[in-house]
Amino acid sequence: MLVDIQNLRIAFESRSGIFEAVRGVSLHIGTEKLGIVGESGSGKSLTARALMRLLPTNARVTADRMAFDGIDILNADEKAMLRIRGKRAGFILQDPKYSLNPVMTIGRQVTEAWKTHKGGGRKEAREAVIDLLAQVRIRDPHRVYDLYPHEVSGGMGQRIMIAMMLAPDPQLLIADEPTSALDATVQAEILRLMEDLVSRRGMGLLLISHDLPLVSHFCDRVAVMYAGRIVEELSAGSLAQAQHPYTRGLLNCLPSLIHPKSRLPVLNRDEAWLQS
Amino acid sequence: MSKGLNALAGLLASVFLTLFGLVIVTFLIGRVMPIDPVLAAVGDNAPQEVVERVRQEMGLDQPLLEQFLRYVGQLLHGDLGRSILTQNPVTSDIARYFPATLELATAAIILAALIGIPLGVWSAVRQGTWIDQTIRVVCLAGHSVPVFVLALLCLLIFYAMLGVAPGPGRQDIIFQDMVPHVTGLLTVDSLIAGDWDAFWDALAHMIQPVCILAYFSMAYITRMTRAFMLDALKGEYVITARAKGLPPRKVIWLHAFPNVGVQLVTVLALTYAGLLEGAVVTETVFSWPGLGQYLTVSLMNADMNPVVGATLLVGLVYVALNLLADALYRQLDPRVR
Amino acid sequence: MTAFSQQWLLTETPSSRSQAAWGRRYRAWLALRSNTLAMIGLVVIVTFVVLSLAAPLLATHDPGSQDLANRLARPSAAHWFGTDELGRDLYSRILYGGRVTLGMVIAVVVLVAPLGLAIGCIAGYFGGIVDRILMRVTDVFLAFPRLILALAFVAALKPGVESAILAIALTAWPPYARLARAETMTVRNSDYIAACRLTGAPSGRIILRHVAPLCIPSLIVRITLDMSSIIITAASLGFLGMGAQPPSPEWGAMIATTKRFIFEQWWVPTIPGIAIFMASLAFNFLGDGLRDVLDPKQR
Repeated sequence: MLVDIQNLRIAFESRSGIFEAVRGVSLHIGTEKLGIVGESGSGKSLTARALMRLLPTNARVTADRMAFDGIDILNADEKAMLRIRGKRAGFILQDPKYSLNPVMTIGRQVTEAWKTHKGGGRKEAREAVIDLLAQVRIRDPHRVYDLYPHEVSGGMGQRIMIAMMLAPDPQLLIADEPTSALDATVQAEILRLMEDLVSRRGMGLLLISHDLPLVSHFCDRVAVMYAGRIVEELSAGSLAQAQHPYTRGLLNCLPSLIHPKSRLPVLNRDEAWLQS
Repeated sequence: MSKGLNALAGLLASVFLTLFGLVIVTFLIGRVMPIDPVLAAVGDNAPQEVVERVRQEMGLDQPLLEQFLRYVGQLLHGDLGRSILTQNPVTSDIARYFPATLELATAAIILAALIGIPLGVWSAVRQGTWIDQTIRVVCLAGHSVPVFVLALLCLLIFYAMLGVAPGPGRQDIIFQDMVPHVTGLLTVDSLIAGDWDAFWDALAHMIQPVCILAYFSMAYITRMTRAFMLDALKGEYVITARAKGLPPRKVIWLHAFPNVGVQLVTVLALTYAGLLEGAVVTETVFSWPGLGQYLTVSLMNADMNPVVGATLLVGLVYVALNLLADALYRQLDPRVR
Repeated sequence: MTAFSQQWLLTETPSSRSQAAWGRRYRAWLALRSNTLAMIGLVVIVTFVVLSLAAPLLATHDPGSQDLANRLARPSAAHWFGTDELGRDLYSRILYGGRVTLGMVIAVVVLVAPLGLAIGCIAGYFGGIVDRILMRVTDVFLAFPRLILALAFVAALKPGVESAILAIALTAWPPYARLARAETMTVRNSDYIAACRLTGAPSGRIILRHVAPLCIPSLIVRITLDMSSIIITAASLGFLGMGAQPPSPEWGAMIATTKRFIFEQWWVPTIPGIAIFMASLAFNFLGDGLRDVLDPKQR
């Protein structure tokens, strides 16, 4: 098992008191594709960032257990984390416009990821990076190598992010809403590319999204989060058997060509979902 | 391409207008003063016809517009008039005094940047801790202490009480006029001449005024660096860099800092120009024979040509530095290149 | 502050516009109160103002009365800070000097802040050619270092407190105009300004009632931080002989007339120096704290 999380809680302290954003999440990920779905503020991104220990310093993280490949992440020192981040787990952020460094060339940014974990000479690194750029199906990798992030499109930027995070050959790829900043036409393309690379390399994937059908299409299992908790975990094929009213509500809100409805229902939130 | 040309044209137009404004303001300063420049030139007891003749020679009997055009014409010929006090053309006076100020200001900005930038970065990285607070207080104190008070106290402590620093002036009397004049920068000139004793002497005399000026500008550089860095550290690309597994040192200096460097160039240019101002007061205390002292001495004696000339020069340096910052900005930031 | 009124101030559902406004001010005050440096600054400023206003009551001597037999005396029971080169009581002179400095600072701010605000708001609100002309003028004044332009102005007028105030004011307004313009530009195209315009409000009313008030917080921060630099510029002018003239007990001028005693009677020029430093530092502390409270985006 790659990731094992039990009873993860993340709280933020502020002037007006303590706010608990993640309230007891338990998860495990093997060499598989797990999707986490939830609305904004449900704590899905925080959960992913906690796994990489990339939360802001004012976050209070507690858990019964949080391990990556047997390494206790809760108590690991920064040095141990440096050997996990990038090297064993990659992390793709939402919008390449902001997540790529604007004043560094693309080649330098990807090379840096490769060299940090694999070492090696400059020439060797360049070749490896060009190869990686080709793997994420960038047509003209030699040209793109010397471009700056603002000179490429969003879809291209996200391909570069994927190449950068796959460079050190990690075992797990975490993607935090990797396509929500992209045009609808490019979204599926990027997800398909990611799924393909992950499967071929035998990696685990943690895909975070607010788009339930999209996630179920690309993942093996889906966890549905609501207000800091996982309310339901399903295999991707059995969405129809969803039990929790929130999941069912989400599915009901989707338009369908086979069973057209004259009017889409509105999700009615139940106070009881916050407890359970 | 044409977009770049347009921007260049706009920039040049704005520079031209600013320069024109500078000329108008300096002209007015030179004309509205209560002391009659003619009387200042010929003395109070000169006979009436001499006064009238000099008035005509100076063009002061003409209408204001006429005088202004004459002033602009002289400026275009590089003529700033003559100093009553030194009897030299203002331009040659400035050529003699300006290098001393330049030497002071340049050494100070280098020192200030070398200390101020790392302090600002450190302060931002440790935001909210006692380190941040200490740096904040040190900087605010730097903003608050009058340069001349600090200069006097330095002279008192290091020169009079401890005797570790040389007194006022730019060099010891024994080295006076010993170093051949090349650039006007004493440290550089003595090195060119290979005169190590003169070099160390010049350097020793610089230490106090440079440290004081540097502290003054460091305060500003540090505060700005901190503010920029706090902004940069919030960037998503910093998360990316950390997620790549880079150690904090590399995340800060290779990823966040280069994004700040672009803005810092502007700050450094402005600080450098501001140093010319700090030099006015510092030079008075340290008897430093630079532009600031030239300006104040002329002011006390109502010798307006040097005042106008020096003010104009400093204004020009301001404009030039702003242009330079703008050009560097375009060079450094790939997004506007 | 009673519990009732605190509750009235901190309520999440204010029932009137003034209650909301006072609640907001009270919250800002609470945030400021937790900032140690800012509170130190505030206390020093209040002390400084009180001491200056009460100078005639607190002074032990006439600040102008000379006693040449007892010049450059060390601090003692009779002369708490010692005496200066003409045997005048330093303590009393420092108190009266506070009045001069305070007066200059207030005069400059009263002249500069409304002017800068007006120019900035008008330039930002109308845009176009008005904006370009006004900003070009601003740039010209920004192109001079403050002290040097002030020096030149004072020399052109006549050394003295009034000229110094005028000169500092002339050099101090451009940053305010820039700031007010930037703030105005951000709200100019907002919907509520458009709504105002649709109801037929004249431009003057929109600027005065809807645009200018939004510039006030950042302007207050700027003024507070600027006060320290006004104090220093005023003192520098005095020190260079271009500001307040002796025998006025202005701090900078006091240092100028006594700086030659720095090596023997070092306290004589040092004490006014400390006074300038404290006053200026206090405004910087307060301004820095205010910026954190009123202008969180600039933090």
